[in-house]
Amino acid sequence: MKQFFYFIRKEFYHLLRDRRTLFILFGMPVTQILIFGFALTNEVKNSRIAILDNSKDEATTAIIHQLEASRYFDIVENLNSYAELEPTFQKGQIRLAVVFPEQFQNSLLHTNAAPIQLIADATDPNVANTLTNYASAIIMDYQNSMKETQDFPYTITTELRMLYNPQLKGSYNFVPGVMAMVLMLVGAMMTSISIVREKELGTMEIILVSPIVPIRVIVAKMVPYLLLSMVNIASILLLSVYVLDVPIHGSLTLLVFECFLFTLTALALGLLISSISDSQQVAMLVSLMGLFLPTIMFSGFMFPIENMPIPLQVISNLVPAKWFYYIVKDVMIKGTGLETVWKETLVLLGMLIVLLTISIKKFKVRLE
Amino acid sequence: MSNTAAISVSDLTKQFGDFTAVDAITFDVKQGEIFGFLGANGAGKTTAMRMLCGLSLPTSGKANVAGFDLYKESEKIKKNIGYMSQKFSLYEDLTIRENNRFYGGIYGLTDQQIKEKTQFMLKHLHLESKADTLVKALPLGWKQKLSFSVSMIHDPKIVFLDEPTGGVDPITRREFWTMIYEAAHRGTTVFVTTHYMDEAEYCDRVSIMVDGKIEALDTPAALTKQFNAKGMAEVFVQLARKAKRSDN
Repeated sequence: MKQFFYFIRKEFYHLLRDRRTLFILFGMPVTQILIFGFALTNEVKNSRIAILDNSKDEATTAIIHQLEASRYFDIVENLNSYAELEPTFQKGQIRLAVVFPEQFQNSLLHTNAAPIQLIADATDPNVANTLTNYASAIIMDYQNSMKETQDFPYTITTELRMLYNPQLKGSYNFVPGVMAMVLMLVGAMMTSISIVREKELGTMEIILVSPIVPIRVIVAKMVPYLLLSMVNIASILLLSVYVLDVPIHGSLTLLVFECFLFTLTALALGLLISSISDSQQVAMLVSLMGLFLPTIMFSGFMFPIENMPIPLQVISNLVPAKWFYYIVKDVMIKGTGLETVWKETLVLLGMLIVLLTISIKKFKVRLE
Repeated sequence: MSNTAAISVSDLTKQFGDFTAVDAITFDVKQGEIFGFLGANGAGKTTAMRMLCGLSLPTSGKANVAGFDLYKESEKIKKNIGYMSQKFSLYEDLTIRENNRFYGGIYGLTDQQIKEKTQFMLKHLHLESKADTLVKALPLGWKQKLSFSVSMIHDPKIVFLDEPTGGVDPITRREFWTMIYEAAHRGTTVFVTTHYMDEAEYCDRVSIMVDGKIEALDTPAALTKQFNAKGMAEVFVQLARKAKRSDN
């Protein structure tokens, strides 16, 4: 057992003396969280819109006020006719136009139905989609309040609620994503590099000639990166809660346990990579292409999996990050417990066992 | 197999597919002997040595290393041998002391033993002032000597040296061989491969491998006489010229 601690101590020397790598490893989660939190956001704010109000009544004015009050929209034009619409769009001055028909309030009061036209610049379909959704939500909001004041003698104010993420914050989505990315990268890439480096240097031969049991070599290689990942988890969670205001609704213990499980899976993958690569560059490339990219593409954090063609959806099931992403979203944002994520947890656990078994078997005791 | 043999090998063979890297070699190495294991590049030296160290599994044949069977008792063999590879094998980002602690540690030495060994080694190599220097800051000659000392940290019965003096200046080579003699004097069996024929002359006995087979095995003096040569270099050239296999 003492051999084992000597080994771990040596691993820490390697880790702590490589200042540059260490800096990257600790800095990566922090910068990613901050970049995603403040720079890269898919929220659309202060979009320039135009209004064409053919009715100019109480109802349309109320809706326009609400649109203007929201932080998503800036009303830059008040148009007078349809003819002005097209040129305004073409000049790129606006991204959305809201068109009220004549007699808007009248038809609403008498027929209980009145159309509003939302015209969006769909050259960027995602933005167009988001904007029309925002606008519809605001209009629906108004409609609901109208309906309720009429149907009941007293006023009941209800509001549209965006479940779990009332402010539609992007950070609720990317915090779990960044966690998956960072843990996968640190775990798999660093473990594989640290093992392959010993192969390259020739020290692996010396270790294999020595009486130390291979499984201890493997575990000793993993321990430092497991600890490092735990530090990263802590820094991501602290930043999320205190800087980005993303709450942890569920059990912290469960969340940390799931992170631990996912980190182990990443380490096992790293081990597997190390047994198939002969140089540090290969190990790094394989980790980046084979793990990092799928983590980004198939975890559901950047691209919704439901929208993918069936074959890709099937493939996404093989990506550990997908399951981890679900779990973190459920536990952290929705606040659910093990009773809802046990299935995903089992999948991760199964992946871990399979990967660990394969990689331990493949870890070459003999060199050839 | 005699009991006094440190290593005894019979018909040891290693095949990689159709290629027979080591072809039924048979030899004994006596205890406390300095055994030179020569051969041109690609003759199969390193493969043979790796089999004896347990790094590579033989295809067939028998071998007994330090009194243990190569197939059944490889764990016991590992505790009793030291190995220094062609590549420099200390960690450059660790200090001398830390390297010792690591290698001593994986061989199961106690802290006290490691401390004593390190003290002795540093004094012996006149490196006391460098104990806490990172290994990468040391010159190559020192690194090689250090590497040898580290491979001996657990007092192995046999030490395997795979081209230990490659790329080292003549003075350091001489010092290195002094260390080898000292080790042999303390009773350690030294199994060494080399391309330097002057080093071959330093060995007690020498074997020369050609195309996976051992073509000659005797003391350097006897071999020189047998091949009617001026020195080991000539013996080597006469034998190696017969090789059909080129460099791998």
